[in-house]
Amino acid sequence: MYRQTDIIEDNRDTAQGNFVINVGPQHPATHGVLHLVITLNGETIQKIEPHLGYIHRSIEKMCESLSYRQFIYVTSRMDYLSAHINNHACSLCVEKGLQVEIPPRAQVIRVLMDELTRIASHELWWGAMAMDLGAFTPFFHAFRERETINDIMEETCGARLTMNYMVPGGVMHDIHPNFQKRVKDFMQLYKKKINEYDELVTGNVIFQNRMKGVGVISAEDAVSYGCTGPVARGSGVSSDIRKIYPYEIYDKLEFDEVLETGGDSFARYMVRIREMQQSIRIVEQLIDNIPEGDFMTKTKAVLKLPKGEFYSRVETARGELGVYIVSEGATTPYRIKFRSPGFSNLSILDKMVRGGKIGDLIAAMGTLDLVIPDIDR
Amino acid sequence: MSKEQNTKSEFPGEVHSLPGGDVVLSKLDELINWARANSLWPLTFATSCCGIEMMSTASAKYDFSRFGFEVARATPRQADVIIIAGTIVNKMAPVLKRLYDQMADPKYVIAMGACAISGGPFFYNTYSVVKGADHVIPVDVYVAGCPPRPEALLHSLITLQKKIKSGLTREQIRESKEAI
Repeated sequence: MYRQTDIIEDNRDTAQGNFVINVGPQHPATHGVLHLVITLNGETIQKIEPHLGYIHRSIEKMCESLSYRQFIYVTSRMDYLSAHINNHACSLCVEKGLQVEIPPRAQVIRVLMDELTRIASHELWWGAMAMDLGAFTPFFHAFRERETINDIMEETCGARLTMNYMVPGGVMHDIHPNFQKRVKDFMQLYKKKINEYDELVTGNVIFQNRMKGVGVISAEDAVSYGCTGPVARGSGVSSDIRKIYPYEIYDKLEFDEVLETGGDSFARYMVRIREMQQSIRIVEQLIDNIPEGDFMTKTKAVLKLPKGEFYSRVETARGELGVYIVSEGATTPYRIKFRSPGFSNLSILDKMVRGGKIGDLIAAMGTLDLVIPDIDR
Repeated sequence: MSKEQNTKSEFPGEVHSLPGGDVVLSKLDELINWARANSLWPLTFATSCCGIEMMSTASAKYDFSRFGFEVARATPRQADVIIIAGTIVNKMAPVLKRLYDQMADPKYVIAMGACAISGGPFFYNTYSVVKGADHVIPVDVYVAGCPPRPEALLHSLITLQKKIKSGLTREQIRESKEAI
């Protein structure tokens, strides 16, 4: 991609010409198969073009041929770190079309599962992001706690990663008898461990120097590029769907929307760390107060949505996930569109790191928490 | 040395005690295969969900370093085995082929999960998914699951080791009709 003369000129420090490097699609720091074409002048980033489609699995098109019960399973594979929350968004949208109320027990179980998923997702992000910076130990610390959540999920849902637990009308089956005890045990353990994270990474001088003042996103940019989730909240933009458009029982719960005003990588980092603590708060409020009753309302065996358009949105670990269904009254949707948080968050990458150094790119990109199958779908 | 011993994870040789010290007798081929099987470095190649389970397998609870999969390498030139963790789509297929070509011989391939085996959940009604990674590169071991559990991946890695230690080709394994 670059000419030999460019390198020579660059070595003489008189470079006028830029050169182009490719990061990905096979690169450990892109967390998947993202392809970045980076135009550099020396070490300074002139331009970044993300190339997508290396994991485009045509999920939206597939959904058009699957019934309203079936299409939810495919969405677990979209943003696999928030599989529960993806299923939740789809179930909400179908329920909106069917005009079904779900029982209070199912609502509480759903919220509990969502928050546990959010903790597990942020854990993995924390480990992976530290690994991007060259620290390998946090990865093992994060996975130690994450495995406990996986075990809890496996016991109740039957799967470790792609759970497919939430269905239109409630949840697929009741929680395991051990569920409450194991979650409480985990919370006890986790509250001690989360301090360990701060000791290990947050207070580290090298880490702070690499994070503070790097990859700054202004609040205006965050809004105009459609950023949501921790990326927007790191710039001080209130965007928590759980607060703005509460679904299930979020309006009755006590938790804070985490906001940081720095806009840099460190602010986004702190948002996620503090969000984990808010998730603990939510889980602790609910774990002893799961109401008795049904875990699912009775729905027809074959679901048919009335003619029309339906939209629902939830807060995943990455931001706002919107599900838009166009129905013609048949057993399968006419069109489904997912508004995935990763796609919009990726779009600000160029703006965020332009003019910065190539060494800061990976650290800044790590704090965007990209999941590539969620972007490509 | 009997063939049974050959497939075990023992050192492939016999120790003869002689006055003044012990002497080990072995075949060079077996010695090389033994060394090869116990030092397989995987390539960090993950396209989707299975990559997370691969990370779990590398983490402390499962820890595939115990079996010689010591470090995951980011470059194909330093890797011995490529674990295809995730869906391969039409745009990715040439990249996968190129990565495989860049790996130094001997090289091995594990297809992890339903997508890499056959397209899995994305078999029907899609226009972009390659229906099995073996359309692109030859595969040694298939692991079922969506995604497979870490134990299943460990089992596939051990199966690959047995395959290498046996020193047989794919055709010979098929003809022998004995499970490795």
